Formats: sequence, C-alpha cells, structure tokens
Amino acid sequence: MSDQAEKRRPQIRNINVWQLINYRLPLAGQLSILHRISGAMLFLMLPTVILPLFAMSFTSEQGFMALGAVTDTIIVKLVLLVLLWGFLHHFCAGIRYLALDLHHGLDKHSAKRSAGVVFGVSLGLTFVFGLKLFGAW
Amino acid sequence: MASPEKIGTKRLVVGAHYGVGEFMIQRVTAVILAVYTVVLFVGILMMPGFTFQAWRDLFTFGIGGFPMGQLLATLAFFSLGWHAWIGVRDIWMDYVKPTGIRLGLQVLTVLWLVGSVVYFIVILWRV
Repeated sequence: MSDQAEKRRPQIRNINVWQLINYRLPLAGQLSILHRISGAMLFLMLPTVILPLFAMSFTSEQGFMALGAVTDTIIVKLVLLVLLWGFLHHFCAGIRYLALDLHHGLDKHSAKRSAGVVFGVSLGLTFVFGLKLFGAW
Repeated sequence: MASPEKIGTKRLVVGAHYGVGEFMIQRVTAVILAVYTVVLFVGILMMPGFTFQAWRDLFTFGIGGFPMGQLLATLAFFSLGWHAWIGVRDIWMDYVKPTGIRLGLQVLTVLWLVGSVVYFIVILWRV
C-alpha cells in the first residue's frame, strides 16, 4: 500500500453500545429486538420460574391450592406480569414473522402497520390478563 | 441456467444447507407451539371449573387408554426445546465472537434446555 498516507479513506464502524441509547429504531425494529429479548427471557425463566410453578400446580392438590398463596406477593406478581408480556409479545410477533416468511405484507407500509397491530394486541392482552393476575376480575 | 441452487441471477449457493434446515425447523416448531398454545387456551376456556383435576386432565387426557394428552405435551415440549436452542444459539452467534466463549455458552445452553425438557417430562409422566 504505497498511497496509504495520502489517501485517508473514511472509516465506517458499527455503532457501539453507548450510541444505541440515542438510536431510535423504527417500530418494526423495536418489535424485532423485543422478540429476541422476550425469547431470551422465556429461555431463562423456563427452568427457574415456569417449570417450578408448573410442577407445583401439577403434582399434588395441596400444591395446586397453595399456588395462590405463593404468587400473592407484589414481586412475584410483577415477575409473572413480565413473563406474561414476554410470552404474548413473542407469540404475536412470531405469527407476524411467519406471515412475513410466506411473503405476506413485506412492503414498508404494511410491515409498519402489522408491527403496530402486534404491539396493540400483545400489550392489550397483557393488560387484560394482567388485570386477572392482579385480581381485578 | 435456472437451477434450484441459484438465488437471483448472481449468487450461487453452496454448502450443506445446515442453515436452511435450522431456519425451517425453527418455523415448523414455532407453528407447533402456536397451535398447541391455542389448543391449551381453548381447553382452559372449556374447563368446567379451574380445579386441580381439570388442570391435570388438560395434559393427561387419554383416548381409549392411549395417553394422548401426555404425548401431545411431550411433543410440544420437544418442539420448545429445539426452537429455543436455535434461537439462543443465534443470539450467541450474533453477539459473542470469541470461539471459546461462544462454545462454552452453547454447551451451557444445551445443558439448560436438556435439563428443562427432562424436568418437564418427569413432572408430566410421574404418576
């Protein structure tokens, strides 16, 4: 490389973690990263939260009856609410991705609209089931 | 020349197609999980009351002595394990570049998921 010194070519780098804070993703991008985050969360909670609760509810009638008492603290209820949201987001966003894989709604406008629908449905269902979780109905 | 190996007009795809297979498995298991979720949800809605027995029946109902509920739940959980393996593996492949650390995390992921599947099967099939 003989002309390295005179020709300073512009360097293009990946954005780093700190720049991410100011980087605003489009709606479909937010859906995408939340799909990944919710999936990772479900993976981590599977043997630590989901299966122990399932084992308790499934193994004995005493355990089933005691479930209400175990989940009767605000911390546990908040964990379950986050878990609920994670599942519903992953489910709804996943169905959108299956449709996209079949080349339905690939254009910019419909992709943005379907992302909005996913957020509306998953957050709405989280709200409805969340009310149930906190004993509103 | 239009062969199935060609994508577009420029790119010749070579290799063993492991990626395509995993991509397909992730989608197929996703469909299985979505369908099973809806089945469970409808089952819960159709429960006469939210009792221990009705809750157990959801996963242990039989058809003519055949343990259909347990079989469906087991298949769904295998799908879940495989689906999660591909997803979490993709996360490590995207963000963790050093081979040794990535391999370590992948091994831990496999142990985590195999442990979960075994745990679920023990709960489900224990009488």
